Amino acid sequence: MQLAVNIAVLAAIYALISCGYVLIYRVSRVLSLAHGELMMLGAYGLAATASLFTGHPLVAIAASAVLALLIGVLVYVVLMWRMTGESVLAAVLATIALGILLRGTMTLVFGTQTRYPLEELGWTNASIAVGGTARISAAGLVLVVGTATVYGGLFVFLRASRWGIRMRAAGQNPLLAAQRGIRLHGIYALAWGLATFTGGMAGMLIACDAGVESTLVTIGLKAFPAALVGGLDSLLGALVGAWIVASAEVLLINYVDPLLSDVVPFFVLLAMLVVRPWGLFGTREELDRV
Amino acid sequence: MSAPPASGYFRTSYERDDALVDTRAQRLWLAAFCVAAAAFPVLAGAFALELANQVLLTSIGAVALMLLTGYAGQISLGHAGLLAAGAFTTGVLFKEFGAPFWVTLPGSALVGAAIGLVFGLPSLRLRGLYLAVSTLALHFLVIHAGQEYETRRGHSTGVVIDPPEIGGWALNDPTAWYFVLLVAAAATVLFSLNLLRSKTGRAWRAIHGREAVAEALGIDVKAAKLSAFVVSCTLTSIAGCLFAYYRGFVSSEAFSLFLTIQYVATVIIGGIGSVLGAILGTFFVVLLPYAIEALAAAVGLGERLSAVVFAVNYAAFGLVMIAFLVFEPQGLVGIWRRVQAWFLLWPFKQKPAGK
Repeated sequence: MQLAVNIAVLAAIYALISCGYVLIYRVSRVLSLAHGELMMLGAYGLAATASLFTGHPLVAIAASAVLALLIGVLVYVVLMWRMTGESVLAAVLATIALGILLRGTMTLVFGTQTRYPLEELGWTNASIAVGGTARISAAGLVLVVGTATVYGGLFVFLRASRWGIRMRAAGQNPLLAAQRGIRLHGIYALAWGLATFTGGMAGMLIACDAGVESTLVTIGLKAFPAALVGGLDSLLGALVGAWIVASAEVLLINYVDPLLSDVVPFFVLLAMLVVRPWGLFGTREELDRV
Repeated sequence: MSAPPASGYFRTSYERDDALVDTRAQRLWLAAFCVAAAAFPVLAGAFALELANQVLLTSIGAVALMLLTGYAGQISLGHAGLLAAGAFTTGVLFKEFGAPFWVTLPGSALVGAAIGLVFGLPSLRLRGLYLAVSTLALHFLVIHAGQEYETRRGHSTGVVIDPPEIGGWALNDPTAWYFVLLVAAAATVLFSLNLLRSKTGRAWRAIHGREAVAEALGIDVKAAKLSAFVVSCTLTSIAGCLFAYYRGFVSSEAFSLFLTIQYVATVIIGGIGSVLGAILGTFFVVLLPYAIEALAAAVGLGERLSAVVFAVNYAAFGLVMIAFLVFEPQGLVGIWRRVQAWFLLWPFKQKPAGK
């Protein structure tokens, strides 16, 4: 039972992070390798707003959420728009450079000590009993519920809202979309904003559960296999992929070797790349055109 | 091989087209460079020698990555893993079997070639992003294998390696290392240049340009891709072996993702598709942290920055890489060519029309 709860929490983390990879890739065909760092920036953002708005936890959370969205848009406006239409290689390398720049800057600004935003908000992380023997932390529960909400919201947004439909159009055929009057730069900026928002949310919630420090980036990178297993351009795929990767990781750690934690997702990734590179729910012809 | 001079095309034979050293002036410059390189350790201090050794060591891996990424157009984010593979092969062979230098070096090369084959296999099915991701995954697997070895055999802080001995003469002096690394780097560059003007190198450039056309021209695309991976990985693994001996110490900590990013940075900063670029990029990447340190000390921030020096380096590397990607995609070699053209064409700004 505890295992199932652990899997659910880890899957929620991976799903929440990997939907950022999927959003950016699906809309602009760019793989953001800076996602882990942007996620960490969201977590540090919460820590910063928590100490800024002491005594008003809800204001702090709202401020940090808006901040994450703005940072994502800013990343596109300042850097990534220059990479639009460049080769895949250049865009990916730009995100790598951005990631390392962010990592250095964050260490310079926030230091190397672990910070606990939840305490700075003035809340405690209660442990809640689930179905008899298993326990889940309050932050973990919020994570699972939050991930479900985000996916629900994204689904509705992409299906029903005007901007969501434009986003899908831009992802399917950018040239045609642009000629039909859709502002690609606006759409791409929105995608980066949403991706950073969801990633930042994941970062904040993980930070509430376990604190923020530089190892958070590794979690961001480990969530990438989840996105790829499901198919890089499918949100549903990211959800399923997160479950697969999280189950594999938790079960192998539990029954085989705790040291495997950092490699299991990449094992799954390689297996998937060999068998079915476009993922479970991804579109196949996309890959051949890259 | 080299571009024709600005004023026209004066070669009279195909051999001249392929020659590595074209004109008498180039030959003179090369000779002067060789003399300068040989005289360097006599003139330079201990610190400069250490820097030179680092540059030479890094240049081997950088040229190897340039062959793969800059010429064959295959992205690899696993080069730190490959260096680790070479270093750990050396460490394991030395620790477990007491193997000497002339066993560990070919051993590392063989392991590198084998890993290159494995790294390369996904490239047969995957392109672009997916390939980058698979090499990234392999990086983590190799590092994990190294960590496993460290913990299983009780070398949790790393494996200590004695300096290589050849006929009772131990290689532990920086000057001796300088010459060994100089020969190794020169051999790598010469090998790469020769390979690039052969059938293999032309095939790599063709698949970089467009795979479908390359295939239509009768190039075996799969073989060319695999050979690019195998050659690059073997060279990198050899660099890893040298790295292990040079440091006298192997630890999985040393081969982080940042190392991969540094190698990628050499390729970007130097300029994609140029061996000269790889070497210029190596100079830049190796010297940048020391330049930052010197600058911080000059401004009086040395004390305060020493605790967070790695963070400063990260940020600086990120900034420089972004600057090059956005403003100078041709890299240092692009700047070098523009300067060259400026002098060649003076007083004109560009080649006169009709040339």
